[in-house]
Amino acid sequence: MSQTNVIMKVRPVNGKTFFIDIQGDVNANAENALVDAYNQATSAGAKDIILNFAQLDYMNSSGIGLLVTLLIRAKRQNQQLLACHLGEHYRQIFELTRLNEAIDIYDTEADVLRAIPIAR
Amino acid sequence: MSEQIPFKKPNSHADAWASPVSQLKVSDLPAGAVNLNVEGRQLTGPIRGFGQLWQKTFWIPLTGVKATPVEVIQTWKTNFQKFWPEGNKFYNSAAGIAPGNVAVLNMSGAGGIKAPDGATLLSTGIMVIYADDESFSFMTPQGHMFAGMITFSAFDVAGSTVAHIRAIIRANDPFFEMTFRLGFGHKVENQFWRDTLQNLAAHYGVTGQAQQEIVCVDPKVQWGEARNIWHNSAIRTGAYMLLTPMRWVQGKFKRQVA
Repeated sequence: MSQTNVIMKVRPVNGKTFFIDIQGDVNANAENALVDAYNQATSAGAKDIILNFAQLDYMNSSGIGLLVTLLIRAKRQNQQLLACHLGEHYRQIFELTRLNEAIDIYDTEADVLRAIPIAR
Repeated sequence: MSEQIPFKKPNSHADAWASPVSQLKVSDLPAGAVNLNVEGRQLTGPIRGFGQLWQKTFWIPLTGVKATPVEVIQTWKTNFQKFWPEGNKFYNSAAGIAPGNVAVLNMSGAGGIKAPDGATLLSTGIMVIYADDESFSFMTPQGHMFAGMITFSAFDVAGSTVAHIRAIIRANDPFFEMTFRLGFGHKVENQFWRDTLQNLAAHYGVTGQAQQEIVCVDPKVQWGEARNIWHNSAIRTGAYMLLTPMRWVQGKFKRQVA
């Protein structure tokens, strides 16, 4: 019955900054994988969590809902949520849902890492 | 609800999502619809609202029904108004529930208050931001009771189709937040969606109680959004209705002068 089709890998940059590399589909079935990845980064001391969408296959509205609740959880923990490698189509969806007002979006990993010291 | 939801991608990814809009535009409304608080409004969403953030999930198993999730969603889209609790109207454009379409809502039972003769107590709207074969999602504009997203879906669990609603919402302003804090706002909202699911189930001959799971994701309010009350659809609709006789007299006077 399970149709989870996503892999989320937590990749530390340093003790405070972590990537979550998203591979596959972000939909309602991605909830456990996303929460697990977030908890793993948080328990390791993450202050900046970067969602890397380079290998995103598809995201539906349930997936956007997951990002909203993740964003709120991160805010409550005084963490910053950022994103990189988001294609033009999904940038528009972030704009439509206003997620772009709360999650800073960068083109590349290098761009987001350069921005973090300024943003914090 | 903890079950994994079988997921089928739409044929065209781009077609399932609406394009961003700066302001809502209403078209093709039937006669009798009260079109207030929608035209020209911006979409809000859970990032922008005032009140506590809630994740509300409602579902009902359509036990014994042979309709597939795709068929259930097609029926739900086509009969969306029909499944709403009595006294509330969902005025959609002729294009139906499709990405980018804007619908006007006329509520006569909002907040548990019934208007005489089913008159509209609150006029607001939604925009369809996403629609595929097995789900569709709405987002709310400024002035709506909630700032948020709501997703309607259907999926198969052990050979039985389950109809499902998930809302991620905040009260849009302090007035609506007060109704939630006092209890009746949530009560009416939760009952509304359970009734909707039960009406959908009844369409297929299924009787049963819809289930719900309510989670407060963020207990804090966003004071920076308190000014959202300027767009409050209940206050604006009430003012519009109260001033209707004055507009009628004014119009008559203008016609006589002309």
